[in-house]
Amino acid sequence: MEVGKVDSIKFEIMSPYMIKKMAAVKIEKPELYDPDGYPIDGGLMDLRLGVIDPGLRCKTCGGKMGTCPGHFGYLELTKPVIHPLFAKKIYQILKVTCPVCGRVMTSDENIAKKKPMLNKLYKSAPKTCPHCGAKATEIKFQKPTIFYEDGKDLNPEQIRERLEKIPDSDLPVLGISTRPEYMILTVLPIPPVTVRPSIVLETGERSEDDLTHKLIDIVRINDRLKKNIELGAPDFIIDDIWQLLQYHVSTYFDNEISNLPPARHRSGRALRTLAQRLTKKEGRFRGNLTGKRVNFSARTVISPDTMISVNEVGIPEVIAKTLTVPDHVTEKNIDEMRKIVLNGPDVLNGANYVVRPDGMRKRVMDLNKEEIAKEITPGYIVERHLKDGDIVLFNRQPSLHRMSIMAHKAKIMPYRTFRLNLCETIPYNADFDGDEMNLHVPQTEEARIEAEKLMLVENNIRSPRYGLPVIAFKHDHISGCYFLTREGAKFSKEEVAYLLNLIGKKSPGHEMVGKELFSLILPDDLNMEFVSSYCVGCDTCLKDKCPYDSYVVIKNGKLLHGIIDEAALGERKGKLLNKIDMKYGHARARQFMDELSKLALGVLSLRGFTISISDFDISDDGEKKIKDTKKKFEREAEKLVENYNNGRMEKLSGMTQEKTLEMYMQQIASKVSDQTGKVIKNSVNDKSSAVIMAKTGARGSYVNLSQTAAIVGQESLEGERINRGYTGRTTSHFKRGDLGLKARGFVEGNYRHGLNAIEFFFDAINSRENLMDKSLQTRHSGYMERRLVSALQDLRVEYDGTVRDNRGVIIQFMPGSDSLDPSKINHGEIDLNLVRENIEGENDD
Amino acid sequence: MSSIMENFLVPKHEIISEEEKVALLNKYKISLKQLPKILSSDPVVKVIGAKVGDVIKITRNEMEIGHTLYYRVVIKG
Repeated sequence: MEVGKVDSIKFEIMSPYMIKKMAAVKIEKPELYDPDGYPIDGGLMDLRLGVIDPGLRCKTCGGKMGTCPGHFGYLELTKPVIHPLFAKKIYQILKVTCPVCGRVMTSDENIAKKKPMLNKLYKSAPKTCPHCGAKATEIKFQKPTIFYEDGKDLNPEQIRERLEKIPDSDLPVLGISTRPEYMILTVLPIPPVTVRPSIVLETGERSEDDLTHKLIDIVRINDRLKKNIELGAPDFIIDDIWQLLQYHVSTYFDNEISNLPPARHRSGRALRTLAQRLTKKEGRFRGNLTGKRVNFSARTVISPDTMISVNEVGIPEVIAKTLTVPDHVTEKNIDEMRKIVLNGPDVLNGANYVVRPDGMRKRVMDLNKEEIAKEITPGYIVERHLKDGDIVLFNRQPSLHRMSIMAHKAKIMPYRTFRLNLCETIPYNADFDGDEMNLHVPQTEEARIEAEKLMLVENNIRSPRYGLPVIAFKHDHISGCYFLTREGAKFSKEEVAYLLNLIGKKSPGHEMVGKELFSLILPDDLNMEFVSSYCVGCDTCLKDKCPYDSYVVIKNGKLLHGIIDEAALGERKGKLLNKIDMKYGHARARQFMDELSKLALGVLSLRGFTISISDFDISDDGEKKIKDTKKKFEREAEKLVENYNNGRMEKLSGMTQEKTLEMYMQQIASKVSDQTGKVIKNSVNDKSSAVIMAKTGARGSYVNLSQTAAIVGQESLEGERINRGYTGRTTSHFKRGDLGLKARGFVEGNYRHGLNAIEFFFDAINSRENLMDKSLQTRHSGYMERRLVSALQDLRVEYDGTVRDNRGVIIQFMPGSDSLDPSKINHGEIDLNLVRENIEGENDD
Repeated sequence: MSSIMENFLVPKHEIISEEEKVALLNKYKISLKQLPKILSSDPVVKVIGAKVGDVIKITRNEMEIGHTLYYRVVIKG
């Protein structure tokens, strides 16, 4: 079908004639219903304004509820009032137009140009009119709707006369295309009842919408104003009522105008009038148009499950019995479908609804399930419960990248939480301190296939951002792999049986070395060599003769040397995972991850793993060395400060003396940390858990280690040593002008022995800055992501390979202009060795 | 002053013939309006003397895959 194209849309201010023309009713009475409860003709609930009660017909169009869109009415205002949202514009226009001739007070050339320049004009309005020579008056505007001219009141009637005088020819300069006097309301459109439906309470009482309440006020005051004028009431009374009418109309449009008390409900709650319906988070735009709600979704707390596959998600039975998948009944599955229907809605693997071929939906209940089971024939659709293996989408907010929503295979489980594999915590950025996640069930076959092919977890192991695994091992997985693959790891017959049972493999019935055990889950023909993160970085690498067992050699699927740790398995590192995923496919990589995670955690549970404060004990020799380095640099720092104070410090180019000193002091501070760090590396107990975690990359680093065991070091604020607080000093414990290490936030102590009060304060300063930075950063990146999504949401890759937007306009002739998928490229590099292997075939050395 | 076309950051721009234009539009089954645009006030457009409605073929060097083609239609502005 050919669809007409919208060329342009023009927004204008509605004229009173238009308002009357489109209205079906003239509203004249403030009452809603007569004593019998029947809507009054000419009241605000007039039957001609539309239908809101089921079964009734509209008096204007004859439509039923749902087909009748509702019809506007109008209210003739006794005296004009200012439209509050146009008040500022009115002020600007009054200021630049002549009070006598009504022309815009600017040169004829400017007017002839027809370029909107109201903003420029009103900033420098001339004193006399260039057209008639009349003196300009001083217009004052008091928010929200009061105007003064030369100190005297200017009422809406007078303003309207002014605006009427402006000739059409002058309008383009003002940037408007409608008559400006329409900004003063003489006729108020009354929205249809469908916009402000009343609710019938259980008691039979009617409860009216906030808008109706507001409209009643307007109609009533309007009526009173009219009567008072007819009675010839004194001017001040009329002005009072007129002002009240202005107030009601103002709050009808916007109940949150500054300097105007909000109109309240009888209960004291502020009314939700027109502007409030549109703005803010729950408003029409953000709440209803941008943020739509969906069916077939679930949300609950997440918890970890070490035995579940990476591809799976554990779904509570309660949720599985609520979420359904429509299954078509065919000749082949009819028996199965009957069984499902017979299970009813309350038993797992049952059904909640059945859809007949004519589209009628029937609820399956225990009462009628036998009947329905007999009734179904091919062509029926059974909305059955979620079952194991169904494709579902799983998401955690904030959805910052495409791995924030992935497809999983359902696994129905007892209890009330979603269960997920620990490797997925990385892309979802999830932890289990109360995080909740969302689940969606695709309802069509195409949607399920598309989700499975593009979004299944195993298909997203490697990130399109850096071409290395994002779904990877972390924390205990890596510690476990260390104990599994380290030199000398041996497992008894029983242990081997236990571990292999975890991954469903048969035990060979004898004891095994850890590396052999690990090799069992590697692909048979895998060959690779790399340096593990356990590596200490010797000057010349001895490769497979590494004394620290840090050089990994895998030959024909056998791990010969090396410790498997973060470098093999970690996020954004994982060489081994990366290779398996690229060479043997996503499914194989997933299998490897499933098996290895069970194995690694199995090893840890056999052995036990814990840390204690004694992990940070260092040798006496080490203690002494640390003390010496601290002293040495302290003396150096003292000397520097002394030189500076004596004015003997040589300036570095481009720096003042102060800056030079600062730089040197920072250098010293970092030298202390570096050198103590080195001492720590050598004098810490290699077999302690904390050190193992730091070395394998499971958790923590040498910096953490040395801050705990030796020295915390320089605390900084905004990239400088801490230098604020009191005049010339950080705290009152130091002399003014003391630029020494300790006076400017250098913390000599360590977390193991504890900090003194001043050090603790400096540490808190630093921690606070880090905390603030972190939260500001997340806000920032959240907004950046939102802007990106808004800009790119309609783009897609068409079948001809072009990237187009929703109008079919080509954005790129090839995705990314090079058609390369970063998630299929090894860390953004072309691996020539891999190319060679593929060409020559493997095992060639 | 040297021409901007000699700058290494400016890819090769050429005006394509009417036949090529028709072939291009047919290839992607699009109208001229659906092509990416370039303003007639663009410095490169002025140098190569393209008129409103002309289609410019841009040959860009992409490091990974050699070169890519991009087409832009000249619009008024």
